Amino acid sequence: MTVRVLLFGHYRDAAPPEAEGGAFALPLPDGATVADAARALAERDGRFADLLARTRVAVRAEFAAPDTRLAEGDELAFLPPMSGG
Amino acid sequence: MILLTTEPLDPAEATRHVMTAHDGAYVLFVGVVRDHARGRAVTGLEYQVYAPMAEQQMRRIVDAVRERWGLACAILHRYGYIGVGEASVVVCVASAHRAEAFDACRWAIDTLKADVPIWKKEFAANGTFWIEGEDSVPAAVGGAAEAAS
Repeated sequence: MTVRVLLFGHYRDAAPPEAEGGAFALPLPDGATVADAARALAERDGRFADLLARTRVAVRAEFAAPDTRLAEGDELAFLPPMSGG
Repeated sequence: MILLTTEPLDPAEATRHVMTAHDGAYVLFVGVVRDHARGRAVTGLEYQVYAPMAEQQMRRIVDAVRERWGLACAILHRYGYIGVGEASVVVCVASAHRAEAFDACRWAIDTLKADVPIWKKEFAANGTFWIEGEDSVPAAVGGAAEAAS
């Protein structure tokens, strides 16, 4: 399956060249979780090694957990500590 | 009401949306870009937003203020590049009496800062930094807003 990864803050600066607006496709085995996706990203690029430790995650724009199971086409966002206001 | 926009914010718009003849007060919070942070001179900020989720989270704050305090709340947030002295966020809460309006407005802005997916990139004298909670992380050079700063 393939999910759509969204990166923000300094992680977006490390997004792969094909990314548009911090978004890119990530192929994953069926049944993969948020943590599996974070591991796959860390294997691609060491700058994502601390991704799960430093971010909250959202699946389909709702807060989710590392063990949340992903489905085909899901939008998976890694959210660093926020700084709006 | 909520509004996420790249245009300059009008605090009076928030006030108009929440005030009724029944209300005796409104508390208006306006967050403004300042010229310093953590000891550095700052020339401006660029706000990045996860728009669909940010709008949903802002709507939830407005709904929670209605449920917990029974009060109307409006939240406006600007994103993109914002220069020093310009407003980045407006929160307005109307009430018959002032105490609960202060409480609700403070809760709304505190919750926004924690749970609405928006991030600031700081253009400072000694570089450009992503502000991620308490951390500031050097940003890649050459963003679109670099020219505007």
